[in-house]
Amino acid sequence: MSEAAPDTTAPETTPPQREALLEVDHVTLRFGGVVALNDVDFTLYKGEILGLIGPNGAGKTTCFNAMTGVYAPTQGEIRFKGERVSGRARHKITRMGIARTFQNIRLFPEMSALENVMVGADAHHKASVISALFRLPRFWREERSGRDRAHDLLRFVGIERPGELARNLSYGEQRRLEIARALATSPTLLCLDEPAAGFNPAEKDSLLKLIRKIRDTGVTVLLIEHDMRLVMGVTDRIVVLEFGKKIAEGLPAEVRDNPAVIAAYLGVPTDAA
Amino acid sequence: MNAHVEKVRSRGRSMRARWDSMPRQVRWIALLALVVFLYLLPNRWFYINLWYFRTMESDMATVLFETSFFVLLAVGLNVVVGFAGLLDLGYFGFFAVGAYTVALLTSPESRFDVGWPWLAAVPAAVAVTMISGVILGGPTLRLRGDYLAIVTLGFAEMIRLYAARNEGIANGQRGIPEIPHPVPSVKGSDGQALFGVVDARPYYWLTLTIIIFVILGVRNLTRSRVGRAWVAIREDEDAAQIMGVPTFKYKLWAFAIGAAVGGLSGALFAGKQSFINSDSFQLTNSILVLAAVILGGAGNIYGAVIGAFITWYLPEWVRGIGGVIGLEINVAEYRILIFGAVLIVMMIFRPQGILPSRRRAAEFADRRQEAAPTEASA
Repeated sequence: MSEAAPDTTAPETTPPQREALLEVDHVTLRFGGVVALNDVDFTLYKGEILGLIGPNGAGKTTCFNAMTGVYAPTQGEIRFKGERVSGRARHKITRMGIARTFQNIRLFPEMSALENVMVGADAHHKASVISALFRLPRFWREERSGRDRAHDLLRFVGIERPGELARNLSYGEQRRLEIARALATSPTLLCLDEPAAGFNPAEKDSLLKLIRKIRDTGVTVLLIEHDMRLVMGVTDRIVVLEFGKKIAEGLPAEVRDNPAVIAAYLGVPTDAA
Repeated sequence: MNAHVEKVRSRGRSMRARWDSMPRQVRWIALLALVVFLYLLPNRWFYINLWYFRTMESDMATVLFETSFFVLLAVGLNVVVGFAGLLDLGYFGFFAVGAYTVALLTSPESRFDVGWPWLAAVPAAVAVTMISGVILGGPTLRLRGDYLAIVTLGFAEMIRLYAARNEGIANGQRGIPEIPHPVPSVKGSDGQALFGVVDARPYYWLTLTIIIFVILGVRNLTRSRVGRAWVAIREDEDAAQIMGVPTFKYKLWAFAIGAAVGGLSGALFAGKQSFINSDSFQLTNSILVLAAVILGGAGNIYGAVIGAFITWYLPEWVRGIGGVIGLEINVAEYRILIFGAVLIVMMIFRPQGILPSRRRAAEFADRRQEAAPTEASA
């Protein structure tokens, strides 16, 4: 995380050189008769912060799960760096460079904060069971670098007590620990699922700063949030879902003024707008 | 409310905390003293001075040997159940596979009649059990929780039922006799082979040595990415996978390592008994090992050791205690009943086990808090 390359020109508009990182290509996802995602199509570009918003039950988390390989799309496909995501084992998708946090916190509660982050760092470690058993040099090397990296990341997200069990951390710290654990897997794309849920305004503020800091280290961020105001403050672009369909996409200002989006959020029938 | 949780939790961890806070040298000396004590224990001149700690009715060295192979089993099962959180109800099946592999490879009475020495058969037994663990785990570790428990239970029964068939290679009830003792060329002070029929002490010493090495190995694993992966799987398998843990691979490793230790234990058992048949592998033994692990504190290596020691040693000890305290009734007949009562009392007052892992201690503290929120404020 130290090789931060601060992005001085915070992009007011979409970045000029748009290198696609993740392509959601006309994805439809059905569960039995329920259409959770209906022909959703958008692209995430390298280095941006993309907001994925929509009212409750719009399919944000489903879309998120499809991107991280939890569900395979019924139709269409999701490509990361040009490679298909679905059909791979989930831990391999993580190694491709997609990391995520969970809407309802899912840490390893009885491991320390440090160990939680080290599990993430282990994603790229290669020490085998044999080398761990006999304490071979590779084991020591990876153990040391993993530990250092975990300490760095805990400092980065602002957790002071690395030895504390995850379950004993405060709610805000647990949310930040999830982010640190995800970052430990060295992702190119970090997906945050409602990271500000349950936060007060001050905490939301420091979270926004953290998200920008993460982007400045070169990580692309996908942010799910249904608090519109929060999303407006940090994202470069926004995709809006409603009932599993994409109803808008664009710059925050454009999206804010989009009648379909206003209708979706205020509950006015779309055709009245 | 919090004070109560802290109290329960501190009770769970006080031993660990006290141990951790001791200076390093003190801990090493204490461990060394314990190991020396354990090596001295089966000698008559030593245990005779231990007041009522020794067993009165049964041969101390034999009981200690049986206890030690049981401890080895518990250490192996603890990897599977305690660390990786996989409920294995058929662990004794691996013990049987190990014992039968040794028997078949060494005994002149076996259908194979290859007559290997015991020492050569041990690595083969470990390899065969490990492979059988992988074969069983391959398809079944995709299952979770109760389903895995049922499949493993079935596995142990399958092994036992096959062994009970007269037509099979295991000879059913007639069993396989004349399994050679370990290393006959090593002579004791009396010129006889060190590993003989009468004296159980060498077997105990051998098993104790193996236990020490197995514990060191398991400890190394649990303090590495392997152990972190196991605990992560136990805590939240989906989250572990999404954080890049190849869960299936590590579950299979836990299973294979557990199986290998079980097989090793079986090989020692066969070498000592020099006769095994299908009656040696009753289902209750699987349950007993599991009870030992839970009793001691799943997820803690030393907890499993203590749990197994109590589970095996206590009933044997109770067998001889009746005469000492001057009871007319034969306590030996009630020893399993007494053990059962101890287990129940234990589960009521200390469900997290004697030496719990950090996780269990806290988890049970939480549950109490939920169960008795009013009392908790006191």
